[in-house]
Order: sequence, then C-alpha cells, then structure tokens
Amino acid sequence: MDFSFTEEQTLLRNTVERFVQDKYDFETRAKIIKSDDGWRKDYWQQFAELGILAAPFDEDHGGLGGSAIDIMVMMEELGKGLVVEPFLPTVVLGGGFLRHGGTAAHKAEVIPAVIGGECVIAPAYAEPRGRFNLADLETTAKKDGEGYVLNGHKAVALGGPWADKFIITARTSGGQRDEQGVTVFLVDKNTDGLSTRDYPTVDGYRASEVMLDNVKVSADAIIGDVDNGLELVERVMDEGIAALCAEACGVMKQLVDKTIAYSRERKQFGVAIGSFQVLQHRMVDMYLNYEQSVSMTYMVNLKLGEDATERKKAASAAKVQIGRAGKFIGQNAVQIHGGMGITEEMDVGHYFKRITMIDTQFGNVDHHMRRYAALSE
Amino acid sequence: MDLAFEQADLAFQQEVRAYLDEVLDDELRRKLSQSKNGYVDKEGQVKWHKALAKKGWVAPHWPEEWGGPGWTATQKYIFDVENARLGTPIVSPMGVRMVGPVILAFGTDEQKKKFLPPIYNGDVWWCQGYSEPGAGSDLASLQMKAEDKGDHYLLNGTKIWTTHAQWADWIFCLVRTDATVAKRQNGISFVLVDMHSPGISVKPIVTLDGPIENEQEINQVFFDDVKVPKENRIGEQDKGWTYAKYLLEFERGNTYAPSIKRAIKKIRRIAAAESDGCGGQLIEDAGFRDKINQLEIEATAMEFTELRIFAALSAGQAPGPESSILKCRGSEMQQRVSELVLEAVGVYGHPFIADTFAISNEPRPGSDYAGPAAPAYFNYRKTSIYAGSNEIQRNIIAKLVLGL
Ligand SMILES: Cc1cc2nc3c(=O)[nH]c(=O)nc-3n(C[C@H](O)[C@H](O)[C@H](O)COP(=O)(O)OP(=O)(O)OC[C@H]3O[C@@H](n4cnc5c(N)ncnc54)[C@H](O)[C@@H]3O)c2cc1C
Repeated sequence: MDFSFTEEQTLLRNTVERFVQDKYDFETRAKIIKSDDGWRKDYWQQFAELGILAAPFDEDHGGLGGSAIDIMVMMEELGKGLVVEPFLPTVVLGGGFLRHGGTAAHKAEVIPAVIGGECVIAPAYAEPRGRFNLADLETTAKKDGEGYVLNGHKAVALGGPWADKFIITARTSGGQRDEQGVTVFLVDKNTDGLSTRDYPTVDGYRASEVMLDNVKVSADAIIGDVDNGLELVERVMDEGIAALCAEACGVMKQLVDKTIAYSRERKQFGVAIGSFQVLQHRMVDMYLNYEQSVSMTYMVNLKLGEDATERKKAASAAKVQIGRAGKFIGQNAVQIHGGMGITEEMDVGHYFKRITMIDTQFGNVDHHMRRYAALSE
Repeated sequence: MDLAFEQADLAFQQEVRAYLDEVLDDELRRKLSQSKNGYVDKEGQVKWHKALAKKGWVAPHWPEEWGGPGWTATQKYIFDVENARLGTPIVSPMGVRMVGPVILAFGTDEQKKKFLPPIYNGDVWWCQGYSEPGAGSDLASLQMKAEDKGDHYLLNGTKIWTTHAQWADWIFCLVRTDATVAKRQNGISFVLVDMHSPGISVKPIVTLDGPIENEQEINQVFFDDVKVPKENRIGEQDKGWTYAKYLLEFERGNTYAPSIKRAIKKIRRIAAAESDGCGGQLIEDAGFRDKINQLEIEATAMEFTELRIFAALSAGQAPGPESSILKCRGSEMQQRVSELVLEAVGVYGHPFIADTFAISNEPRPGSDYAGPAAPAYFNYRKTSIYAGSNEIQRNIIAKLVLGL
C-alpha cells in the first residue's frame, strides 16, 4: 500500500498549481468568464506547451502515459482556481473515448491534435428528456449506405462553444432506453446539418445545445463498436466522475480554507466570529466532510481499473459523497461569510456556484444512490 | 379548539380571493414565474402595491385612521393565506411594514401627515439603512456619524446591503449621534433621509444570481455631508435603538407556511413535467416524492405553529421571540424549496439566462421554469443571513425562550 505521489505527479501538480497562481487569479478569471469568448485560447496553448494536455495519453501518440492519479492531481489544482478551460471535456472525456474506443486513425490523428491544443472536444451525451440516464436516447443514427445519418437534440454540452469536434451518443438500434443499440460518434462541428445554440452557464462555463438535422457521417466516425457503445460511455463517464471528484476536492478545499480565514478576520461583538462555538463546530463539520471527500476521491481513482461492477460502484459512491459534502460545505461557507457570501465580488460565492453545479454533472446524488443500489443487489 | 372558519370569514375569503385573482394580471404572473429573488421589477411592484391600496388592503396592520382595513386577526391571516395561495408579489416591506409602524407609533402628527399617505399609496419607495460594513449581526456597533448642527444633522458614513436603494426615494437610517456612550445601544438616532439629497450616492452590489442592470437587489449607500433637517428625526435623539427594535419584530413576524405550501405545489408540477430518465416522470420517482412530501409535512408543522402563535395573538398576547422560531424554520424551508426546484430541473439548471423577465421569440434552452432555478437557489441563501441571521435567531431563542 502506498498513498504517496510519484515525482512526475508532483511535477504535474506543481505545474498546474503555479499556472493557477500566476495566471488565474480571481480578477483574471472574472474577466475571462465575462469575455465574449468565455475562455482564453492562449491559455489552452500554454496548457499544451506545459504538457498538461498530454498527461493521460500513450507515449506512442505523443502523450506522457500518465494514470488516473495524474489526472486527479491536476484536476484538484484546476478546481482550486475554478479554471473554465475545457480540460475535463476534452482531455478526460474526449481523451477517454479516443483512448478506449478510438480507431487507429483517430488515435494517430486526433490525439496528437488534442495534445497540441489544436482540437477541443465536447462530449454531447445528455438529452432534454433523458435526465441522467446515459441510455435514454432519442437521438438516432440510421444506416445510410456506408455511413450514418444523425438526427436529434443533445443538451448542455459543456465546452460546446469552443469545440472543434463533438462526441455524440446516438441510438443505432433498439428502443429508447435499451442498453443495446447505443453507438458513439466523433463528429466535426462544421459538418452539414449540425448547429449549436451557445450560452454561458450559471457557474461561469460555456455550453451548447447541439442540434442534429440529417447529419451525415461516415462509418469512420464511430468510436467503439456499433450498438455496444454503452459500456464505453459508462467507463468514460466514470473516469469523468473520478476527475470531477478531484476538481470538487479542490473547490471544497478553497471553501473550507477561505471560510476559516474569514472567520478569523471578521469581527462582530468585539471578537472574531471564529470564536463562536456554533461556527467552530460548523467549520469542523465542513472540514470532516472535505476529508471524507478526499478519501473517496482517492478510492475511486484507484479503482477505475477494476471490473465494471466494482468501478461503477466506486464511481457512484464517490459521486454521492462529493454531492452531499459539496452541498454542506458550500451552503455553510456562504452562511459564515454573511452578506459578503452572496456577492459576486467575493470569490467564495463562485466556488459555491461551481460546487453546486458539480452535483448535477454526470448524475446527482439521487441518481448515483440508485445506481449504487442496483449494483449492490 | 376548532379549525373551521365562521361564515363571515368564509365570505371574506371569497371576496379576497376574487379581487386578488382579478388584479394579478398576466404580466405580473409571468414576471413572478421568472423571478430570481422573489421580487419583480419596480414597475410591477408598484403596480401591485397600488392595486391593493385602491381596495384599501395594502396596510392590514395600520389603524383605520390611516387607511388600515380594521380586520380581525383571522381576517389578516386569511388575507396572507390567499396572497400566498395565489403567489402574489411581496409588497415591498420597507414602507408599509417597517417604517410605517414606527412612524405610527413614535412619529409626530406632522410626520404622520407627511409620510404615511405616500407610503400607503405607493407613491414613494423606501429603503432600510441599518447595516454597515462593520455592523451586521452586531448592529449596535454602527458608526455612521450624524453631527448636531443646530437645525439639522450632518451625515457621514455608509450603509450596506440596502435592498432596492436604487429605486428608493427615502431611506430610514440608524445613525450615531453620540459616540461617547459606554453602552453602544445608546447614542443612536432614527432619522428619515431624502434619497435625493446632495451627498448621497448608491453603488450596486451584484449578487450571485447575476442580476441585470438596475434590477440588483442590494446596494451600498454612501453619505457625504448629507444634511437632514431635525424634523426628520423619529422620537428622541439618542433613543433610536428602541424604535429600531420595535421595527425588527415587524420585519421578522411573517407567515411562511402558506407560500411554502404553494411552492411545493409548483415543485410537484415541475416534477410531473420532467422525465425521470426511466420512461416515467420525475414525480413517479419514490425518492424525489419522499423529499417533496417530507417538506410538505414540515410546512404543515409550520402552518400549525403559525396558527398557534396567531391564535395567541388574537387573545391579546405579543409575538415576542416566537418571531425567531418562524424566521429560522421559515427561511430554511424557503431554501429547501429552491434546492428541490434546482434538483428537479436536472441538467437544465446549468444555462444562465441573464434577463429572465425578457420576452423573446428565441426559445430558451430547457423549459421556462428552469431558467430561474439555479439563480434562485443561489439567491435564497440570503434568507438565513438577512433580518438577523439564523445563528442570531437561535441565540435569541436560547436566551429568551429557553432561558440559557
Ligand atoms: C439580500 C440581503 C438583503 C439585505 N437587506 C438589508 C436592508 O435592506 N437594510 C439593512 O440594513 N440590512 C440589510 N441586510 C443586511 C443583513 O441584515 C445582514 O447581512 C445581517 O445582519 C448579517 O450581517 P453581516 O452580513 O455583516 O454578517 P456577520 O454579522 O458578519 O455574520 C457572519 C456570520 O457570523 C455569524 N455570527 C455573527 N455573530 C454571531 C454570534 N454571536 N453567534 C453565532 N454566530 C454569529 C452570522 O450568523 C454569520 O453566519 C441584507 C442582507 C442581505 C443578504
């Protein structure tokens, strides 16, 4: 047993940490999220130069051959800075699809482009009426000669406005919620018939509704096997959850630390509010919630390689933990800041908004409680 | 004990219901459904205020001499319930519920004549200048200076978190007229200040829910050599704390249960419209239904707590620290409502709609009810902070009710 980090992992963490410290202070981020583009493309290039985008990919494709733990340490640091650039959609999810299911051609062409910062990928798996069920797909892909024709509407694709390519889940056979019949496609944004409706999100990101109107793609666009895509999707989403948990830990760490610091400084009734026992116990509970979340984040990242049932249970359990802990920590961080906590000017509110929306990403607490229960029977 | 209303009360209930339903027009209903913070825009707020004033119903707690309807406690309660049932706008409390009662209780005849009719008619907008950057929970530590200049005071300092100051014509302020006192509750005066006076500036505070311009909920107000005639002081100099505390009881003594019950109905409607991702609707999901039902049961407990308190009142008892019970439980339930709405809308909690009041031909991402869900959840964290934080309310209950 060993819970220490390798030298490479420490180096990666330090690289991201330094980037956030030097270039992603609160004011800079505020400008980024209000700008027309909503992100800094030049930062993305710098991520490429720093090797951040290469971490999980094989050395054969120009990657660093890193593990889930490499992603974990980086995501934690990105979370501390509330970095909006699309590392999770592009590298973790997009990269995951390409690594686990991509064809030799995808790997040879798309992975190097991702690593080089030239290709942003936005996975579009959710649908307006599917809630969190990854198999509930109204989007169809019908065989058309050698290729396929896609029709449908994908919801809230994070990073969509910046994407060069979408990864789209669609139904190639079976009924609307069947496990069989799900296929994954890699589609260029500028393909005829594909259009987007772009918007900011409440937590400072950008996302798109993706409309597919007779979008023709060739069979080369398929990632993984026709009709058998659901296992691949679940695997990649579980990896996404593991990374998201790490981001959440970074966010929660900030919420806890900033609240403690504020409670030392803020004086009412002639004393620091941190001296009131009721607030002390609240902050202790915030800290306990945070520590449990870190543990669960290690757990899920270490179990990503296990058989599917174990992996799924680990992911759902961790997602439940960070959902609950995030809510407790976020709400109380705001509460202890008093009026300051609900202002846009103060960073704590932005961490609160992010941790809130993390619960909805990849399925909320209720969804994962049910998934966990189904796997435990 | 008896739950049933008398015949006359039932007739009154019908009358209230019919009138409210008539004056709550489609535009107000639309704006309310899109509100991120419980208010609509100023135009809508004033429109609603005037509709009630016209009928003589805008100030149920005022004496008849000044336009109060002379209702019994039961009628007041029925009026509250009917408003909540329909989901009408909150009448901006700062005039009618806050400064109004203070002027009625402690104001001079001139002050009453000058200030009460425009408050009643909705012709002037008031805001509340209590909190300061250094004086929140510890309100008595306030420092805004009011120098005695003979016939007027000269005000210097700042007030913060001032709700709707940008719309206000007048502000009532707690100011320090004596800084040398040992007990900080002394040396405070209660003054009424014209917001159009030279030297006043208002700076918006943008809240987490991302309000659009001029729709911000709170502000910081700066006072730079602002002259206030002494005739605008309420009661005695240095005795303002007494009047301020009188007002706080009105601020906290709301009924919560009826509006929470209405909000629960709305959650049920949303859950019936959202799919559960398993071929059914979210309302069929046992876990989600449990949460709604749990909240409704707690709202019923709240309702009967309110009824008990209100029954005691009609027998002539004062509400006292009971208002803290209502404030704690009520605000926490309001927050849980906003939490469940956000949970219900699923992934469509993410899109940010800057102007939820705007009418546009372009459909929104997700349903109309999803747009305000996350902003309202963020905004409603305020309810356990303002009007005395819930920690402070619990301190009050511990001290005054439990005797600890
Ligand atoms: C949306 C909104 C609207 C408002 N509108 C107005 C308005 O119109 N006019 C106006 O005058 N004010 C207004 N307020 C101000 C409000 O009354 C204050 O925010 C409130 O009194 C808390 O003060 P504070 O923000 O300075 O927090 P602080 O007093 O600094 O409190 C910070 C934290 O410490 C806790 N704390 C403080 N003292 C104790 C204690 N003794 N024991 C345990 N815990 C303690 C608090 O509960 C809180 O969690 C508004 C506030 C909000 C959020």
